Amino acid sequence: MLKALADLIVYRLFGVAADSRLGDSLDFFFYDTMKIFLLLLVIIFAVAIIRSFFPPERARKLLGNRREYVGNFLAALLGIVTPFCSCSAVPLFIGFLESGLPLGVTFSFLISSPTVNEVALVMLWGLFGWEIALIYVVTGVVLAFISGIVIGKLKLEHLVEEYVYQIRMGESEIHEPTWRERYEYARDYTKDIIKRVWLFVLVGIGLGAWIHGYVPVDLVVKYAGPGNPFAVLIAVLIAIPLYSNAAGTIPIVQALVEKGMPMGTSLAFMMAIVAISTPEMIILRKVIKPKMIAIFAGIISVSIIFIGYLFNFIFARMAFLIK
Amino acid sequence: MEIKVWGQDCSYCKKLFYSATEALADLNLSAEVEWVEDVKEILSHGVMSSPAMVVNGKVKVAGRVPSRAVLRKMFEEEK
Repeated sequence: MLKALADLIVYRLFGVAADSRLGDSLDFFFYDTMKIFLLLLVIIFAVAIIRSFFPPERARKLLGNRREYVGNFLAALLGIVTPFCSCSAVPLFIGFLESGLPLGVTFSFLISSPTVNEVALVMLWGLFGWEIALIYVVTGVVLAFISGIVIGKLKLEHLVEEYVYQIRMGESEIHEPTWRERYEYARDYTKDIIKRVWLFVLVGIGLGAWIHGYVPVDLVVKYAGPGNPFAVLIAVLIAIPLYSNAAGTIPIVQALVEKGMPMGTSLAFMMAIVAISTPEMIILRKVIKPKMIAIFAGIISVSIIFIGYLFNFIFARMAFLIK
Repeated sequence: MEIKVWGQDCSYCKKLFYSATEALADLNLSAEVEWVEDVKEILSHGVMSSPAMVVNGKVKVAGRVPSRAVLRKMFEEEK
């Protein structure tokens, strides 16, 4: 239905020829824009309602003082549904450790929270389909689970600032919001997110549409294709400074995938954009020493690069088997 | 009335501070909103999410920015 509407706008209303490059790009732009904004509205609202049931204080209670493995897994899952802004990273970090939670489990939460984010989810769902969105979520949880376990095994407790262990947390009863409050929270949150990302979404889809219509396949395959063994590594390095711009970059990635960029390289790129969160790391400096931030960033980067090569291998094998 | 807004250097936190100040002005109350950044203080109330607002020692807001009307109601309850 949206496709028909996009066709109507471009070919009838604007009178652009259907088989021209311009028509192709414009049609792509209108269709994707409508789809993404519709999905943003519905999914972010739904996610916000779910999140109103899982404030960080409840996540802390649910995690209790669980040990490794089960704790890492649960923390990675809670990271998805607990509302979290990187400005809360410090109290959350201290609160989790204070309740007796191991350092590695705390990090599983801190990694999964920005990685599996609702904007990236919408963009992937809308542009790549639900299968890729699901692969993304599962990979994000696995990344958080494994990185947290590695951090736990490295025994880095001495790299946490001393004052952290001296703070005692008070008791609070969790205020259970009414449905009206949940609705208001979800409505404001959705409005806020859309206000923040709409321009990036438009520019991203615009650039994607331009690539779709104008950039030749050979060019993408030559530089980012399966023939370049360093593609995943370079993709992750480019992604680091793009933090928080999942909205603007995913449409471009989608266009590049269509032109021959392998899926593993693309997944690694998108994951690095959200998981290697510079603002979160700057804030975490208040509770952990610089050396630990470097270790933390290093473990995530290496894991994502590994994930990229792994998926390139898997997708290539799948394509081979299907043929 | 003792009002504390706890936050970090983020736009949501500042928004709560200004909304609370405006809500007080709407009610013509003379109380002041105190800005707190010390993490110990917010944790002592059992809260881990910012921004948060504590009025007369009671946690009124945690991890969200309520509308000015809602803030006004909170202040009137505690007046």
